[in-house]
Amino acid sequence: MTGRVVALVANPTRAVYAALLATLAIGWALVAFDGGTFTLNDLVGIQQRSAALGIVAVGQTLAILAGSLDLSVAYLISLVSLVAAETMAGQSSNILTAVVVALGVSALVGLVNGVVITKLKVHAFIATLGVALVIRGVLDHLYDGPAGRVPVDFQQLGYSRIGPVPVAAILWAAVAVGVWFLLRRTRFGNRVYAVGGDVEVARLSGVRTDRVVIAAHVLCSLCAGVAGLLLASRLGAGAPTVGTDGGYDLESIAAVVLGGTALAGGRGGVAGTVGGVLLLAVLDSVFNQLEVNSFFKDVVRGVVIVVAVAVYARRTGRRAS
Amino acid sequence: MEDINQKPAESAQVILRMTGIGKSFLGIRVLRGIDLSATAGEVHAVVGENGAGKSTLMKILAGVHQPDEGTVEIGGTTRAFAHPVEAQRAGVAIIYQEFNLLPERSVADNVFLGREPTRRGLLDRAAMDAATSRLLDELDEHSFGPRDLVKDLSVAQQQVVEIVKALSVDARIVVMDEPTAALAEHEVDLLYRLIRRLQARGIAVLYISHRLREVFDLADRVTVLKDGAHVATVAAGDVTVAELVKMMVGRELDAYFPPRAAEPAAGEVRLTLAQAGNAKLDGIDLELRAGEIVGVAGLQGSGRSSLAKAIFGAEPFTRGEMTPVRPASVREGVAAGIGLVTEDRKAEGLALNQPVRDNALLVARAIGHRSRAAVSDLLRRVQLSPPREETEVKYLSGGNQQKVVLAKWLTVAPRVLLFDEPTRGVDVGAKAAIHDLMRELADSGTAILVISSELPELIGMSDRIVVLRDGRVAGHLPAGATEEAVMALAAADEAAA
Repeated sequence: MTGRVVALVANPTRAVYAALLATLAIGWALVAFDGGTFTLNDLVGIQQRSAALGIVAVGQTLAILAGSLDLSVAYLISLVSLVAAETMAGQSSNILTAVVVALGVSALVGLVNGVVITKLKVHAFIATLGVALVIRGVLDHLYDGPAGRVPVDFQQLGYSRIGPVPVAAILWAAVAVGVWFLLRRTRFGNRVYAVGGDVEVARLSGVRTDRVVIAAHVLCSLCAGVAGLLLASRLGAGAPTVGTDGGYDLESIAAVVLGGTALAGGRGGVAGTVGGVLLLAVLDSVFNQLEVNSFFKDVVRGVVIVVAVAVYARRTGRRAS
Repeated sequence: MEDINQKPAESAQVILRMTGIGKSFLGIRVLRGIDLSATAGEVHAVVGENGAGKSTLMKILAGVHQPDEGTVEIGGTTRAFAHPVEAQRAGVAIIYQEFNLLPERSVADNVFLGREPTRRGLLDRAAMDAATSRLLDELDEHSFGPRDLVKDLSVAQQQVVEIVKALSVDARIVVMDEPTAALAEHEVDLLYRLIRRLQARGIAVLYISHRLREVFDLADRVTVLKDGAHVATVAAGDVTVAELVKMMVGRELDAYFPPRAAEPAAGEVRLTLAQAGNAKLDGIDLELRAGEIVGVAGLQGSGRSSLAKAIFGAEPFTRGEMTPVRPASVREGVAAGIGLVTEDRKAEGLALNQPVRDNALLVARAIGHRSRAAVSDLLRRVQLSPPREETEVKYLSGGNQQKVVLAKWLTVAPRVLLFDEPTRGVDVGAKAAIHDLMRELADSGTAILVISSELPELIGMSDRIVVLRDGRVAGHLPAGATEEAVMALAAADEAAA
């Protein structure tokens, strides 16, 4: 029995899905005991709520695997929501332009992050924190509150469903599958792991490591941009605090690490991250159903993240010795 | 020297020709006028003491360093590599002691890193696996496959991965830097077989090693370097072990060393080891007495540093006796009056961003030692010049940094002081000051153990010498033993005996 548990935990991706199933089962039982029910609708609701965080976390996975990280995603999300909503200005005919502009802004921010980290040799923590502060300054200067207007057509992205499945969830799945494919099946993906695993080994093998890190950051920011578009469609407008209110910066990093990706890079993947995001969302859902106060909720989330990483660390520690 | 197939070097195709290579770092000449050539299918050993210039020469070949003088010709074309990748593309593969592998990735991923084959834009894993399998088959290696993760492989298997990597880039010259340092005895035989296969493919193998037995087992020719200069290139069959050792070490003892104690080993016993061992050491018997300096000699990987760390409590002994106490941790070691001047002072000996004063008080504060000798007195005693207490240690020269490390230990007046490479990277003046201080400490009753790769220093300083080999005591030598005697015990073996 213990052997099986150990084998299960030995692979973080499997471990996080096992924890997810266990949480679902326990949550179901607790909610039932409490006199409520946990329905398919609740599960769909979980998808709906996790989609934005999920998309950001998938991008964050790329940055972290490459041995970097991105603290600027939350402010970028706010910025993108405003850029998109203002460009659309309530007109359906502007949707395409707005999406292109929003994603262009995202890519540019990612490029800046990547270039500052690789060419100016600033640690990713400080580089992306600096970029985050710059974006905050711009937002604070230009906006006091929500601005722009998103046409009803674009709001379909946030609210409509295909059958029982929310469009937002499909978007998340598409992004996750896309990045998974990139990591598993392309040269670029292989090199992301190599650079995150050991920059020097990658460099001596002829990998242009700077380009890999920059590309990872551009993709990470693009994911944040997609999340910004999704949130704008939900709100019907852009908002300067939508990213920071959601805590997308630290929470996306937490989800990635919970999913078994090493914070130092080079090990992990998208599948774990998706599991990590879902686990956090299911915990949220169960607590909501049980009407637990939000203070206790945060305590549990914090404990779960720390315990998970401690378990993974034990495993790697044993391997190394 | 059993079955060496002496190959006539003239008839074979010359793949590598390095001519008149010279190199200086920061104005210090580390290589001058070195010639080295290699022919297809030849194993050419490069030998010399630590600091002879072997590694620098190989790094020039690998494109890590650029030579100040001389030329590198590969396959008849003169090449100047600006980057290791250029050397790799020209057919030079280097297998360093520290492998260049990604532990979290598969064997095939590692072999093809930077050159991944693609099919319609996508990674062609099938082709990577197939090519890796084929090379593994050719090397008769069936204990692991292309999809295994490198971290799950043994050191010997990882070495095979490095060799497969070299074969996959069609390397014509393979450099192996101390390839047996981390291998167990039976794995060495497997490595020999691999090297024979490389030879059979017409690859020139440059074999860097201290271990003369391996040199005689494998090499067709041997090039001896000493102090950055070319001593000789000889056919392995034309030279004896004794002659080779003489070429490697034969030099005048020109350095000044402080005089030894009049009556060596007269003091009380400070520390005794009986059959002590741990993961890296086995069956160590040793006695340290007040007032004597005991030198520890041995090749890299022989367990020299492990011995110091075990006595100190950093990597404790798990077997055997150590009296008066066998420390299980560094705190216990320090409490028992044992100090360790570590090999890597920047990483392990000093807090570089802190001023001299705080560094000097590091140990005293850590163990809550009350009698704080005035730091200024200590700094005068270790001859720190200028004795400024507020300077951050990172701004000091190597010699001055080492003096601060010494001051750190003097605050607690250790009964036993262990020195691991005390003068590495230290200029001549500071070296003499450190030597004087070591002798002064011994004379005032401290038992001293010193590890040094520099044989003249070890011989000049020690009252007696313990030679380690493969984690065991290979023998004891009295004061003033010759370098040849030390090398013979350290380097080997039946061949040298």
